[in-house]
Amino acid sequence: MTDLNLLYEAILKGKQKSAVELTNAALADNVEPKLLIDEYMIKAMGEVGLRFENQEIFVPELLMAGRAMKASLNILQPIMKNSGQKTSIGKVVIGTVKGDLHDIGKNLVASMLEGCGFEVIDIGIDMDSEKFVEAVREHNADVLGLSALLTTTMPYMKTVIDALRDAGLRDKVKIVVGGAPISAGFASEIGADGYGETANSAVTAVKNLLGLGK
Amino acid sequence: MREYTKLAYSSLDDFLYGKCSNPVVCKNGLVIGGGEIYPEVNFTLPPMKATQETLSEAKAIYKEMVEGVLKKAYELHASGLVIEFETLPQFTENPEWGIEIHKILRDTMWDFEAKLGLKSVIRMTPNDMREMSRPPIMRGGKYWDGMERIFAQTARDGADLLSIESTGGKEINDEALMNADLRTCIFALGVLAPRDMKWLWTNLVKIAEENGSIPAGDSACGFANTAMVLAEQGFIPKVFASVVRTMSVARALVAIECGAKGPGKDCAYENVYLKAITGMPVSLEGKTAACAHFSPIGNIAAAVADLWSNESVQHVKLLSGFAPTVSTEQLIYDCRLMNVAANKGGALLLRDWLVESDCYLDSQAYILRPDVVFEICAEVIKTQSPFLRTLGVARTTLDILQRAVNKNELSLPERELSWIGNLQEQLEEIPEDEEQFISEMKEEVDTSKYKPEEYGI
Repeated sequence: MTDLNLLYEAILKGKQKSAVELTNAALADNVEPKLLIDEYMIKAMGEVGLRFENQEIFVPELLMAGRAMKASLNILQPIMKNSGQKTSIGKVVIGTVKGDLHDIGKNLVASMLEGCGFEVIDIGIDMDSEKFVEAVREHNADVLGLSALLTTTMPYMKTVIDALRDAGLRDKVKIVVGGAPISAGFASEIGADGYGETANSAVTAVKNLLGLGK
Repeated sequence: MREYTKLAYSSLDDFLYGKCSNPVVCKNGLVIGGGEIYPEVNFTLPPMKATQETLSEAKAIYKEMVEGVLKKAYELHASGLVIEFETLPQFTENPEWGIEIHKILRDTMWDFEAKLGLKSVIRMTPNDMREMSRPPIMRGGKYWDGMERIFAQTARDGADLLSIESTGGKEINDEALMNADLRTCIFALGVLAPRDMKWLWTNLVKIAEENGSIPAGDSACGFANTAMVLAEQGFIPKVFASVVRTMSVARALVAIECGAKGPGKDCAYENVYLKAITGMPVSLEGKTAACAHFSPIGNIAAAVADLWSNESVQHVKLLSGFAPTVSTEQLIYDCRLMNVAANKGGALLLRDWLVESDCYLDSQAYILRPDVVFEICAEVIKTQSPFLRTLGVARTTLDILQRAVNKNELSLPERELSWIGNLQEQLEEIPEDEEQFISEMKEEVDTSKYKPEEYGI
C-alpha cells in the first residue's frame, strides 16, 4: 500500500517525478482521486503557500510545487471527468489589459491560482474588452482577473467591466484587479469586486470571493 | 566595433561621481561627466487614458510638467539638467503623438535656455515596441518602423540623447526569472540579447549620427530591474537578482562597442561596470527614485553617477506642489551637496560613505562596491565573447558573494544562503562552447515564445 504522506512530501518539495510515480501507485491501490487531491495535494500546496507567506521559501520553490501538483492532476483529472466529478475548485480567466505588455505579475498570480486547485485560462497581454468578454462567456468563468502596470492602461479596466455589463455577464463573474498602480480605492471606484496588492493577496481575494477562504 | 580589453581607470580613487574619462559634450555645451553631477528628471502622466481623444489634455499636462521642472531648476540655481522623455507605449505606437510631445518639451527647454540661461538637455527614450508581437519580431515590421520614425524625427527636432530599454531576449527571460532558472537567463542575456543589441545599436547609432543626436545608452531594465523588484517583493532570491544584474553587463557593453557614447540610462545599474570599462558618463538612480520604485541601493547607486535621476514620477499634487517639481528639487539638493563635496576635495570620501552605508546590507548593493565592480569588470574584459563574458561574470559574482559571506562582510538571511550553491550547481551544467550551448537551448526553449531566426541563430 502506498504511503500517501509521501505524495504530500513530493508536492511540498516540488519533486514532480516522485509525485507522478506516487499518484500512479495510489491509483493502482484503488485510492479515490478526490481523496488524493483533497487530503494530500491541496493540503501540500496550502503548506507551500504558508511557507511562502512566512518568507521561508521563494516563488521558484512555489512554482516547482505547483508543477508537481499539476503533473499529478493531469493524471487524476481525466479519471474524475469520466466519472462526472468536478476537477477544479473554480475557473479563473486572467489577462493584461489593452496597451499593456506586462505579464510577470499576471503569470505569477495564474501559477499560484493553479497551485491552489483553480483552473486558469490565461488569455495573455494587450487584450481588448471584447477578448475578455468572449473568454468569460466561453469558459463560464467564476472569476476574471485583470492586470495593468501603467497609469495610462489602468483606466481600461473600467472599459472591460463596462463591456461585461453590456454583455449581460457582470453578475455572473467576480472581478479581481491588480498591478503596481492599482489601489483598493481604484478597484472599488471602477466597480471591481476585489483587489490584490500582491500575488498572494490576489489569490486570497479570489478565494474569498468564491467563499473558499479560511 | 570598438573592443575593450582593459579598464578605463587604473586607480579606484579616480572612479568617482561627476567625472569620467570620456565625458559627453552636448549641443548646447553642457558637459556630462566633466566634473559636475547634474540632475536628470523624468515625469509621466497621472492615471488617464492615452488616446487620440485625450491627446490635447496629455500635451497640456506635459507642458505644465516641464515648465514646473524648469522653473524650479532656475529658482534653485541649477547649472544644468537633463530631462528624459520616456514615452508611453501609445506614444511610440503612434509616433506622431510622441513627436508632438517631444517638441513641446524641447521648445519649452530652449525657451528657458534663451530667456534665463538655464542649460538643459533632453534624452529621448522611445519604448521597445517589438515585443508587442508575440513571439517578437526584432528586425523589421510595423513596430520597428514606428520606433525608427520617432527616433529619427525627434533627433531631427533637437533631441540631444537617444536611449532605449531594449528587450531582445526578454521574452524568455521573464519566466526564467520567476523560476530562478540561471541557464535560460544566460541564454537570454548572453546569447540572444547581445545579438539583438548589435543589430539595434548599429541602427540607433546611425540614426543619431545622421540627425545630430548623441547615441546615449540602453538599459537592461526588463531583465535586471525586473529581477531587483521581484527580489524586493520577496519573490526571488536577492543573490539571484545580483547575478542577473552583473550578467547584464556583457549585453550592455555591446551598445558601446557599436558606438553609443553615454550618458548611460538612469535605471541601468549595470552602468557602473560600463563606466569602469569604457570611461563613459552614466546616469543612475537611488533614494530619490523611491517615487518610482523601492530599492536596497539608495545611496551606493550615487557613488559613481554623473547624472542623478528620479526614474519617473507621476503628475500628481503633493502638499508642496506637483510631484515632478518636488522631485526636481530633491535631485537638485542631492547634486548640490555632491558637487560641493567634490569642489572641496571630498568626492572620494563622500563616495566611500555612499558605498559603505549600503554595501553590507544587501547582495545587490555589495556587487556595486567600486572594488567589486573592478573585480567583475576584470572578468568581463578577459574575452570578447558576450556569452563567455556572461558565463564568467555569473561565476565570479557567486564566488564574490560566497567570499563576502565567509568573511562576514555580507549578512544574508537563511533562505538566501542555499541559493548561492544552488546557482553554482546550475552553472556547472552549462558548456563553455557557445555553439553547443545554443544547440542545447534550441532543443530546450519553447520556440512559440521566441524566433531564433530573429537573433540570427
